[in-house]
This record gives sequence, structure tokens and C-alpha cells, in this order.
Amino acid sequence: MAKREYSFYPGCSSQSGASSINYLRSTQTVCSELDIQLNEIPDWNCCAASIGYAGGGELPRISLSARNIALSQQAHGQQDIVATCAACWLATREAKERIEGHAKIRSGIDAALGEIGLKVESQMPKTRHFVEVLMEDVGLEEIGSKVKKPLAGLKIAGYVGCQTNRPFGIAGESFENPMYLDKMTAALGAEPVEKYEKKASCCGGALMFSEPEKSQALVKDIIEAAYDGGADMIVTPCPVCQMNVEVYQNHINKRFGTKFNIPVVYYTTLMSVAFGKSAKEAALDGQMIRAARLEEIAGK
Amino acid sequence: MSEKKIGAYVCSGCGIGDRLDVNQLVNTAKRDGKANEVKDHPFLCSAEGVKLIQDDIDNNGVNRVVIVGCSRRAKTEAFSFENVAITRANIREGVLWVRPDAPEHAETTQEMADDYVRMACAEIKYMGIPSGSGEQDLTRHLLVVGGGISGMTAAIEASKTGYKVELVEKSGELGGMVGKMYKRVPTKNGLQGPVDTGIAAMVAAIEADANITVHLNSTVSKTEGAPGRFDVEIATESGSTNNVRVGAIVQATGFKPYDMSQLPELGAGNADVVDQMGFEALAKAAAGGAIKRPSDGKEVKSVAFVQCAGQRSDKPGHLNYCSGHCCTTSIKQAMYLREQNDATAVVLFDDLRTPGATGEDFYRCGQEKGVTFSKGQVSGVAAANGGLEVKFKDLILNEETAMEADLVVLATGMVANSGPNPYLALDLEAAKAAEDTAQVAVLEKQIEVAPPSILNLQYRQGTDLPHLKHGFNDSHFICFPYETRRTGIYAAGPVRRPMDAHQAVEDATGATLKAIQACENAALGRAAHPRSGDLSYPSFRKEGCTQCKRCTVECPFGAINEDEKGYPQYNEGRCRRCGTCMGACPVRVISFENYSVETVGQQLKAVDMPDEFSEKPRILVLACENDAYPALDMAAAKGNTYNPWTRIIPVRCLGSTNTIWITDALNSGYDGVILLGCQKGDNYQCHFVKGSEIAHIRMSKIDDTLKSLNLEQERVQTYEVSIADIDRIPQILDDMASTIEKIGMSPFKF
Amino acid sequence: MSNQIEKYRRSFLSEVEANVEEGDMVKMCMQCGVCSGSCPMQNHWEHPPQEIFMMIRAGKREEVLSSSSMWMCTSCYNCIARCPRGLPITHIMHGLATYAKRLGLVPKEQPTAKFGQMFWDNLSKKGRVNELKLGLALYFMNGIGPGIKKSLEMQDVGMGMMKTGRMNPMEILGGHSIKDTAGFSKMLAKAFEIEEGNIKNNG
Repeated sequence: MAKREYSFYPGCSSQSGASSINYLRSTQTVCSELDIQLNEIPDWNCCAASIGYAGGGELPRISLSARNIALSQQAHGQQDIVATCAACWLATREAKERIEGHAKIRSGIDAALGEIGLKVESQMPKTRHFVEVLMEDVGLEEIGSKVKKPLAGLKIAGYVGCQTNRPFGIAGESFENPMYLDKMTAALGAEPVEKYEKKASCCGGALMFSEPEKSQALVKDIIEAAYDGGADMIVTPCPVCQMNVEVYQNHINKRFGTKFNIPVVYYTTLMSVAFGKSAKEAALDGQMIRAARLEEIAGK
Repeated sequence: MSEKKIGAYVCSGCGIGDRLDVNQLVNTAKRDGKANEVKDHPFLCSAEGVKLIQDDIDNNGVNRVVIVGCSRRAKTEAFSFENVAITRANIREGVLWVRPDAPEHAETTQEMADDYVRMACAEIKYMGIPSGSGEQDLTRHLLVVGGGISGMTAAIEASKTGYKVELVEKSGELGGMVGKMYKRVPTKNGLQGPVDTGIAAMVAAIEADANITVHLNSTVSKTEGAPGRFDVEIATESGSTNNVRVGAIVQATGFKPYDMSQLPELGAGNADVVDQMGFEALAKAAAGGAIKRPSDGKEVKSVAFVQCAGQRSDKPGHLNYCSGHCCTTSIKQAMYLREQNDATAVVLFDDLRTPGATGEDFYRCGQEKGVTFSKGQVSGVAAANGGLEVKFKDLILNEETAMEADLVVLATGMVANSGPNPYLALDLEAAKAAEDTAQVAVLEKQIEVAPPSILNLQYRQGTDLPHLKHGFNDSHFICFPYETRRTGIYAAGPVRRPMDAHQAVEDATGATLKAIQACENAALGRAAHPRSGDLSYPSFRKEGCTQCKRCTVECPFGAINEDEKGYPQYNEGRCRRCGTCMGACPVRVISFENYSVETVGQQLKAVDMPDEFSEKPRILVLACENDAYPALDMAAAKGNTYNPWTRIIPVRCLGSTNTIWITDALNSGYDGVILLGCQKGDNYQCHFVKGSEIAHIRMSKIDDTLKSLNLEQERVQTYEVSIADIDRIPQILDDMASTIEKIGMSPFKF
Repeated sequence: MSNQIEKYRRSFLSEVEANVEEGDMVKMCMQCGVCSGSCPMQNHWEHPPQEIFMMIRAGKREEVLSSSSMWMCTSCYNCIARCPRGLPITHIMHGLATYAKRLGLVPKEQPTAKFGQMFWDNLSKKGRVNELKLGLALYFMNGIGPGIKKSLEMQDVGMGMMKTGRMNPMEILGGHSIKDTAGFSKMLAKAFEIEEGNIKNNG
């Protein structure tokens, strides 16, 4: 099987010492097992995420992603741009659509990038989420075939969240009930929580910082629904979801009198463990709430 | 007519042979049914099985065929034979599928099946082979009343099929309401604005069409006859008359705009407050230029459209229904303003409704063009600051507010341009006979304000089409489009129900095709909907008739006139073959060739009646063939079961139920009788409009019979059921069995 | 300004169409309210999106632009996914927020507006977000006193993140950066300039 190659946009939170470095580490583990090569976009910049509108209008924000697209084209030609972060993926894909669809945006971007001698070529590469690479290019069958330590006995709530699901969503999935996390979980030998009511609900996103009370109330419901479904842990594809749902559990317990203590892991961590990788390779050391059951399996 | 020779054919397929004693069924048909030829076959609906029957017809003189097998609603194509009478003993859906397959039930299951064989053989003995009366020829000629877009469409469509048309228009020109409009709503999607009305082209096409004769300034002064042979007198304003014979009639008399002077609170009376037709006139006058307001000719810059003005409201004098087109019409008119005046055009709606395939697209188009839509309830329109102030409650922002406008358009509703309610005169006659002076006064008042007749029908039951609701001439808003309660006369366009021009065109096309079908059917003696193709028709034994007029009064379709002596005059073409007249007749002189008091009466008497101490009661069920009987078949297919005491006889309509059947049943020892008909009343589901209702009235009087026999009232029950009641109907049958268990068996078992 | 004459006229709607991101779609709202019912923050809106759209049509300029409503958007895109008319509601909310800010109409101390600006400032300096600095800036946005209190409150999170290697105290000294910061600034400046020009042209 030929190596699969992609242009890779890791995003700010995947840098060393940043909040989702564990996502990057486990992604790298998964890629080496599945023979995927991620070619990092040279000198990529921030996408402005979902909150950037408070500082920059439409054109400045789109110019950020446009710069990344131009750099990707320059270094990796038409290779699909792949992101692991929901916001990075969404912003890049949105930028591509606006540049393609609005002549005024296109000319503005041409002028802004022109200042630094860059250009978005007319045929822009596809912008994809890493989950799409796994589901479409690799496929569940191949993923399943790599499982050395099935995650038997684990019940996992697939928390898809928002931006990996809307407005674009993973190809072929529904907005209201996306199934890919559940299918992945099952392929790895674990049991997905059926009818996880909050699987596509919002964790508050960036408002966790500015409106913590309101956002923590949302997260409380997300965790509660996972417990209601009998989950041992939550799996998610999004750095903001992972962080918001995992790291504030103490605060939520204090605020709402709950006793939450549920691990929240990336799907790449689950896969790494199931593929027989070590706890370190699976980045289990990145869990603030330790995923003891996964550590156990990884240690066997 | 040759001698009756019965052939009974027992199918042992579909598991019948596995659970029933087919030999015994054969013997029952021979011994009790007195069938001349009895055969069984493992697969009767196969080519081989059908040939077996056809051979008997061809070679052995069989002319009465009894199929013992599946329901009369199954395998109708396989079991259709020419020039013979056919009936079914329904032992598949009626017995096998509704009884559990267990040894302890085998005996009662077999009894059920044997009874259905006896019943079918008894029925067929009294069935003749219907053939049309030949009362009318093929008349390929239509009368269309009304020269608006509906009537013109009807005329053009009829002409395309080679039919001739008399097009009668009261005013001096064709075109109707749409002809008075500046533009109309497009009929296709594509975010386009208003388009040309197309009326001029239609008028030109009609004038050039040799098949169509236009009568302007004319009305219909007399209509008599029946489908295939309507004789119509057309009177012109000048006083001359024309007589024509037509096969069928399309009434497309349209609507009148609601009288907006009844809405002073919405500014009616102010020159700058107009209704939608008033606004069309302003737009037509502007001819594509800026629209000007009536009071001072100023170019309008801000217009409010008030939706549901005087309609969808229960206030006295208002219309309590939705007229269907007004939202779309306002959107269209707002678009004129956006394009011709660059004006603010605000549509104040409560519920915006844009029916039809293109409605949503047109609404979007209005939004694209910058029409403003606001969910608001208007409370008043008054002159202010040299213009108008529209006060309303913004229902989204939940606040009382107001806007200023140069012009206000009131979206008032449609009032059907129908003739008078034909039953008023009959009711008055009855009230006078009953010396009910209060009712007489009420009816006289209603008759006084009734509009003039449109068709001037020479019918026992009045001059015009009966109204369904709110004065509209429909038969049933959902189930039977175009049909009215007068066979061969079809309503099209807004006189049938409120609708827009696009719907009116489709409606007229449909009604025209129904009218043509009526002509063709009448020539062959065939019934129209819902017993399409039926060749049987009612006749009566004059020597037995007491001229009681029950039949002429109760016929839901006004099909029966009276001669000068009060004897009924049947008009085959006007008859729908429901049998309500037959059910009504106290002396039982009315019958059809293949459906009569005897065909049902003999069936119920053919059932083997176990004695009082057998613990085997018998329940007679008379089930309407339109909804109840199919529901029973579906219940069977679903695997629902019911008790083995039930014996079911399908009837054409519950209205055909003659009380003698109930009396006979009780006298023969039935323990219970159930009548299953359709929903009656204002939201009726009855395929014959009034049949079910009439049956209910008749059965309410059955208590006397029960009393005279000293029987409990619970033994006779009448139900309204729907075709979807596949769980409820078996429950009704079992409830009767429990009731009998409680009150005991009938003592009338001899 | 919103006197009787301007009510339900098209003036503010036209302004929104010209100057707000995706503002030309506001007129296509059919007032079904699915957006409002789909919003995770629905209980916290001063005016839900459906109402905002109606207010724009009713000409309530100041009320709309000085509302905190748009700042409640978590960018979950549920409204976009469900809008039967395909309105890009999330983007319109962002656009209204941006426009309100441009006109200086944002309510004072609106926390999301403040945090969003910090985020933007943070990323525009080095081309990438410095999470540590962003976090500290956030905690101290209301001054030193509340900042220390907030930091103490958040101590468990900070320690946890550090222990798991997801926060690096050394980032305070400079941290991650793109190489071409000069070019990056130039590009952004140009983009701002063009956008500013567009607003003036329409204004």
C-alpha cells in the first residue's frame, strides 16, 4: 500500500507545550501505524478560530486562512490540506468557499496576499478533517484490522460537538446524529453509548473563557448525558471540546454539586491504545483526568 | 332471459385447503346452495383455474358465478367474466385470516366458511345481470358557465378533445377577475417576478375556436335532464333565448371579493385604502410606471399590505376561512412596488401561507426583491400626517407599534359566486307542512337574501348545486375533487373552494375531463364516481308505490324527480347507485338488477342458525363496501382476529340499508346486528355524502322494533368507522360478542 | 433616530446589507424561530436571532447594534444547520458583532467582546496564539486584584495542564511564533485597509 500523503495544518493548540499537544502526539502514532505522512505547512499561522471576529472583520480573518492555503500550495501543491482541529479545519474550508464564491473577497485576498508576494491559486486544494482521512481514505475495515488490543468492556460516549459536525460536517454524516465516532469506537472493540443525547451539543467553545458560568452549565449536561448512557469515558475529535469537557470538572462539581470524574480522550488516543501502542505513544500522560482503564490495556 | 344456472368454485389455495374441509364446502354449495356446477381447484385465480370457470360458462350454461375464496376486493382481474353475475364467498380474509389456527377453533371456523358459501349462493339466486338503460346517447357537448380564467380553460380544454362548448358569460367580456389584473403569479419556479396574465391570448384562442360558442351578457335560464341529455336554455340580456342539448356542465362562476366596506376599522372608506382588486386597478392604470395613490395622485413610497383582512376571523360578518391566494397576491403586488416605485412594501401577516408548488419560491423571490415581511396583527388604519397610520402588534417583537404608509391594501377574502342553497326551498316546504312558523320565518329571510339561481335546474331538490361549506359548491374538499352533489355538473375554480388562478386552471382542466367522462359514461349507461362503471340502476314497481316521496327526498344527489302524480322519476344518468332510495322505501319496491332487498335479505336468512342453547350466537354485520369492508380486509391481512359468530354482508352504502333487514335478522334469531358506515355530519367521509347520516337516522328508530320484540336495545348498534380503523373494527365485533354473553342469546331461534 | 417615519422602512436593513458580513441574507429570514430554539445559549439572549432579524427590518438600529445578543454566539453552527432558509446565521451574528464594534456600540465590559479582542491581539503579534499569555491576559483583564483571585481559582486547571505537558510556563518569555511576522503584519494591515475602504464606500 502506497503511503498516503497530506498537507498538514496542525494549529496553535497542537504546538509543543500547548493545550492539545496530546492530540498531535497520538495523531502521529496513528499515522505511523496507518502509513500516513503529514507534511506540515511551512510557517503556518493561526486561523482566528471562532472568536476572532471580535478583533478582525471578514477580510482580515479570511486572509489568515488564505495565507495558509497559499503556503500549502507553494510547498505541497494540490495535496489535500488536513487539519485535526475543528476550528482550523472549519476556518480554512470557510475561507476557501468565500474566496471561491465572492469576487469581492477574492480581489481583497489577492491584494492582501500580494503585499507579501503570495497568491492563492485558482484551483484550491480540498480542505479535510483528519477524521475524513480515517473514514474515507483508510476506512473502518483497515482500522479494525490494525487492532491488537480490542477495547473490550469499555463503554464510550462519542461526543462529536459542534464544529467537526456543523456547518460542513464529516462527509456522509447527519447534523443531528453523526455516527462516525460510534462506528470508530465499535471498530476498536469498545461499546459506543447508544442514543447519547448530547453528542452534538455545544460545550460553549471560546465562551468558556468569557462566560464560564453559562458554558459550564452546557458541559454539565454533556457529561451528565454520558453518565446516563453508562459511559466509562468520553471520546471527542475536537481540542476545544476535549479541554472544556475535561479540565473544568472540578469547577462544575463545585458549582452544581455533581461528582463528575470522567476521562475525556481523543479518538486518536483510543486508536493508539487499540493498535497496541504504549501509554506514552497514545499520549495518555496528557490526560488531566487519567484514563485508567486505557492505561491498563496499554500496560498489558 | 335464460334460466339461472349457478356455478360455485371453491379455491383451496392460500392455505384454505390446509385448514378447512374443502369437500364439505363443495357439498354445502351443492346441498344448501343448490349450485348446479360445483368445482374446487388448488389455485383458482391461476390461468387454469380461471379457464375452468370460463369453460363452464361457455359450455355448461353457467350464468351465475360464486367464487369461494378470497375477498371481492382481491383478484378482481382474474375473476371478471362477461355476461354473468358474480359474487364471492369470502373465506380467506373473512374466515381463515381472522380466526386462530388451532384445533379447538376448527369447528367454528368451518361453520363460518360454510355459512359464507350458503350466503353467496343465496345472493346469486336473486342477482340479475345489469345492462344500461339506454336512456341517453353520446352527447359530446359541454355547457361552461362563467367566462373567467376557469371557464375559459374549461372551454379550451374541452375543445382540444373535440367536444363542442357553449360558454356562457354574464358580463359583456371574457376574462373575469384575472382579466382585471395587471399581472399574475408565475406558474413555474425560478425566482421570477409577476408575469403576464395570459388572458388576452386565451380570449383570442377562444374567438378563433370553431368548437366554442361564446354567449356574452347571458345567463342560464333553465336546465333539465341528466348527464348525456341536459336541455339548457340560455337567455341573453336582450331577452332572446337559445336552446342547446349538452352532455355535461362545468360551473365556473368564480368569486366576489368580500365587501370591504364592512371593515371601517381597517380604514375602509378612505380613498387610499383599497382591496387587492382595487390595487390591481391602480397597477393596471400605472402600466409599468410608478403606482400613484388614488387621493392625490402622489407616487406611493410606502405601502402596508394587511393580510387576513376580515377573514380567518370569527367576528360577525367576517369570513372564518382562509381564501388561499391572498398572501401570494400581496407578495406579487408588493413586488410591483419594489420594481416600479422602489417603495417600502411591508406585508403584515399573521400566518403567511403560499400554497402550491411555486408558492415558496415566489415568497423567496419577494424577499429577494426586498419586500419586508412582518408578523403583525393590525388593529387599525387611520389617516395621519397626510397619509395613513397602520397600528399593529409586532408579534415577533411582542410590542404595539405603528408604521406610516401612503397606501394600505387590505387582503380581503373570496366569497363564492354560487347559486342559492337549493335545500332552502325544500326546507321551507317541510317547515310549512309542519306548521313551524318560527322556522318558516328564518327560512323565508334566508331565501330573500339568497343570490339568484345560476343553473335553474328543474330538479325535485332545487335549482342549484348544494353548498358544502361557506357557500362553496364542493362535494368534499379532499376526497372527490370536482365532484358536486349533482351528477354531471362539475364545479371548477373559486366557486368550488377558495383558490388562486394557477389552481383554478388546474381545477378547470380536471373538471372538464370529469365532465367529458360523464358524457361518455352516460352514453354507456355507466355510473360515475364512486361506483364508476356500474351498469345497474334503480327501478321501482309502480303498483306497489305509495308516492310517499321518501326516495325523492332522501336521494343525496337529487337524482329523482316526481311526476305530476308524485311517482318517482328515476334519471339513470344522475344516479350514483348508492341505493339510498332502496333503503328508504318503506314498501320495498325499489331495486337494482344485482342489488336489492332480496339479495341481502336472502343472505342473512341463509345463515345456519344454531339453537338458543348451542352457545353459538350469530352476529349480523352490514358493512359499507367503501371503507368498513376494506378495513376488515386489511385487519385480516394484518392478522387481527375476531369472534367466529360474526357474519358480514357488504352493502353499497349504509344508506341502502332497509330496516326490513334488521327486522328479518332479529326475527330469524340473530343475537346482534352491527352497522358499519362512514363518518357522517359536517366533516363527512361518506362516499355518498348523506348515506351514512340517513342510515343513522333510520336506525335511531329501530328501538321501537326491538321493543315490540321485547329485545334489548344493545342488540343493534350503528358505528361510524374509517378505512384506517383496522384495530377498532375487530374490537367492535368482539364487544358485541361480549354484550351477547352478558345479556344472553336471542329467544327467536326457530 | 428611529422615529415613526423610519419604522419598518428599509434604511437600517440596507445598511446591514451593505456593511455586515452576509448581511444581504437578513431579508430572507421567514421568522420561523428554529434558530432561536436551536441555540445552546437561548436562555441568555437579550434578543434571539429571529428577533434580531425582525428588529433590523423594523429599523431598530441602536437597539440591535448595542445589544449583547450577538456576543452570546458560541459558534456552534446549530442555527445554520437547521435554518430552513439557509441563512448563515452564525456569520451574520459575527458580522453584526464586528460592525457594532467598529461603530463603538458594544456594551461596556462585554466579556466575550473583550476576550475576543485579546485573542485577536494575541494572534496578530506572532501569527500564532500563545495560550499562556492569552489565559493570563484574560484573568487579569479586570485589574491586578481580581486577576490574582481568578488565577487562584483557576490554579487547579493550570497545574493540571502543566503536569500533563499541555501548558509551558516558558511561553511567557516569548513562545511560538511564525517566521515571517513582518509580512504577516503587512498582509493584515492591507486586509484591514481594504475592508475599511469598503465600509466608507458604502456608508
